[in-house]
Amino acid sequence: MSDARREPWPDPSPEPQYATMAQQAEAASFGMWVFLATEVLFFGGMLLAYAWARGSFPAGFAEAGRHTKIFIGSVNTVVLLTSSFTMAWAVNAAEHGRRRPTAWLLAATALLALLFLALKGVEYHQEWTEHLVPGLNFREEGPNAHAVELFYFLYFMLTGIHGIHVTIGIGLIAVTMVRAWRGAFSERYYTPVEVTGLYWHFVDIVWIFLYPLIYLVGRSGP
Amino acid sequence: MTTATVTGKTDEPVVGTRNYLTEGGVTLRSWLLTRDHKRIAILYTLSITLFFFVGGAAATLIRLNLVTPPGIFTPDVYNRLFTLHGIVMVWFFLIPSIPNTMGNFLIPLMIGAKDLAFPRLNLLSWYLYMAAGLLALFAIVIGGVDTGWTFYTPFSSMYSNGYVVLALAAVFTAGFSSILTGLNFIVTTHRMRAPGMTWYRLPVFVWSNYATSIIMVLATPVLAITLALVAVERLLQVGIFDPALGGDPLLFQHLFWFYSHPAVYIMILPGFGVISEVVPCFARKPLFGYKFVVWSSITISVIGFFVWAHHMFVAGISLYAGLVFSLLSYVIAVPSAIKVFNWTATLHKGWISFDAPMLYALGFIGLFTIGGLTGLFLANLAFDVHVTDTYFVVAHFHYIMVGGMVSAYFAGLHYWWPKVTGRLYHEWWARIAALLIFFGFNLTFFPQFILGYLGMQRRYFSYAPEFQLWNIFSSAGASVLAVGYVLPFFYLGWSLFRGQRAGANPWAATGLEWQTSSPPPTHNFDRTPTVTRPPYQYRPEPEPQDV
Amino acid sequence: MKSPSPKGLPRALLLTWVALLALLAATLALAYVPMSGPLNVAVALGISAGKALLVLAVFMKLFRASALTRAAAAAGLFWLGILFALAATDYLTRTVEPAGELSAPTGRNLPAEGR
Ligand SMILES: [Cu+2]
Repeated sequence: MSDARREPWPDPSPEPQYATMAQQAEAASFGMWVFLATEVLFFGGMLLAYAWARGSFPAGFAEAGRHTKIFIGSVNTVVLLTSSFTMAWAVNAAEHGRRRPTAWLLAATALLALLFLALKGVEYHQEWTEHLVPGLNFREEGPNAHAVELFYFLYFMLTGIHGIHVTIGIGLIAVTMVRAWRGAFSERYYTPVEVTGLYWHFVDIVWIFLYPLIYLVGRSGP
Repeated sequence: MTTATVTGKTDEPVVGTRNYLTEGGVTLRSWLLTRDHKRIAILYTLSITLFFFVGGAAATLIRLNLVTPPGIFTPDVYNRLFTLHGIVMVWFFLIPSIPNTMGNFLIPLMIGAKDLAFPRLNLLSWYLYMAAGLLALFAIVIGGVDTGWTFYTPFSSMYSNGYVVLALAAVFTAGFSSILTGLNFIVTTHRMRAPGMTWYRLPVFVWSNYATSIIMVLATPVLAITLALVAVERLLQVGIFDPALGGDPLLFQHLFWFYSHPAVYIMILPGFGVISEVVPCFARKPLFGYKFVVWSSITISVIGFFVWAHHMFVAGISLYAGLVFSLLSYVIAVPSAIKVFNWTATLHKGWISFDAPMLYALGFIGLFTIGGLTGLFLANLAFDVHVTDTYFVVAHFHYIMVGGMVSAYFAGLHYWWPKVTGRLYHEWWARIAALLIFFGFNLTFFPQFILGYLGMQRRYFSYAPEFQLWNIFSSAGASVLAVGYVLPFFYLGWSLFRGQRAGANPWAATGLEWQTSSPPPTHNFDRTPTVTRPPYQYRPEPEPQDV
Repeated sequence: MKSPSPKGLPRALLLTWVALLALLAATLALAYVPMSGPLNVAVALGISAGKALLVLAVFMKLFRASALTRAAAAAGLFWLGILFALAATDYLTRTVEPAGELSAPTGRNLPAEGR
């Protein structure tokens, strides 16, 4: 990694509204935390809907939960947890001014995220062929059909909006990666890496909660 | 009567040769790509004015229809009119009104900063707002929506005819504009204050917008996702709100009002902020109980979230929930009352002058108090059953939203007009408009309390003949109100070209925004100010501030 | 944080990753163990909370963050709590009348946009 510090860019000066780079960095990371608070409530609305529906139709939700692809779901959880790990590692590398490792770790994070989306696509495809997509091709018999449909409605809303967040994350990570590769960051300035990291970890946390709410429902039942 | 208007420092440097209106170019491009919070504030002001007149036109047609019991419009047209009025006025005028215009313009000036923390986000917020607004107008032009601004399911998701999904998309987008603004204000208030600008030296206007931003950031996402769920339910005929699909319509109402009650405080808290600036200035006294005013704003932004189901008392929620929400709704009256007491105590033994901003502010205090007190009636379970969905409710929230918020908007508009434009408007015309608005407003909406109490239902194109007299009063008042709202258009517009040059501080007011030239330079201050004193250091006689 | 090994992989991150995967394995296994009542959900969500806390504390550095940052993080959760707690006052005490035959005619026409 001898290349890491070969041609350090001059430290960027803060944008005109800030007095110092430190102020700019603090504003950016605090801004991201406030945005994440917004995001909690954005998912929160759907989580309340989920809580209501599951409380109202426990049997139907158990039945629906057993239809979910637990293997893909669990592998995807490993993928996302690992991507969070590589992201945290990337931030750590950026903190120490290690340019190339930062870029490589960001690339790994983005690739894991793409793998997550690919597996999600396989899963959606299976659900499509099994007629589990409400509103488009849902076909289910039995006393719990309505509840199963509600479950899958929430499933597609939750994972769909989470997937949009993953996609946005891939874009952010890619841009940050290119900047890191070109040497835009140093020990004294790596705010974009840090802020992107915060966003990515949040996307991971959302999935940490979606995993049991989707895949582990009704597993202990008959 | 004493007028403080001309006692300001007319001998100051008249107008900065460098100011944000000319610095950086006057091309359309320089405006549409600006990152200057002051220019973005102007963009917002122009756009919300447009929407105010669109929403106002719908209101005019509604009042016209209600002059006679049979009316002039078909029920379908009438439904679309009040929906248009509601959606436009709530999301495209009231929510952004004070924060995005005056808040945008003044918060950096008041805290001694060069700009908001995220200028590009600020511009993006305006573009989102415009995209949302155009989407809403498009939905209206091609046929409109008849759900009411509340989009209640399953009507909106299953039965309604109209461009519901387009309207939902418009409100969804407007929501993100509002989230970005709130986020920007929160970070700016925390991170961009000038040296010496401690929290307790912040003007109440900044505190109020901070409290508003908390609500914007934490309530709006719930509305956004809820409307998205409605849109999907409507498009795919599957979802969780329609009872025929096994869903729960009350779930929609819970989620909707989790946003929309706090949104009432998004609309009124910035108004509190304006009044807290205007009243001390024109009473020449420090704001009474500064810390109480400040903390009551913060309290409102939290417990404003505790009361939402008072909109659902007759909708089928449990009696226990009704009791809880009724009690909590009484509690929220306390911090609002604290503010009213503090403003009146500020007036006590003040050296009061009745300039236009003060007339609006005094009107605000009276009308908001009536609106607030009738809100207590509605928090009462038994009384609420009697007046739910009647004109009593309509009158109540118009006293808050129009009597309160729009008065505060005009108070602020007149108070800071010289700062924003560098020009003075014609004081007498402004006072006439203020009085017209006050009397016109009361004539329009007080009869609606009576109508509602007598049992006239809201949202109907027609009504029983015995209600006609009060409706005629109301429509007559609306005409007076319309004149009052159109007047400022002329004298403010005139002042832009012919108005006397305003000095830096025409009202001899305290506050950092008055210490820079009018209009301010692009970066607000020639040198970053250092603050050494608390706000509102007014003395009984107006005297020049040391700059 | 300047980690102990500036050139390589910080140990805290590695340990956290291992802990996360272990918790994932635990939650997956426990999901198949029959427990009484809502205990399965409680355990699953408890483990999720533990995982989320690890990510927040170590990956997002909340442990060493300023009070302001922690307040922002707490705010999201607090307001989510308000939403759930106050909605629960209704849902936990409401008597639900049976909806009846769901296939009964509802007078519905399938709406097409802008009909
Ligand atoms: Cu309310």
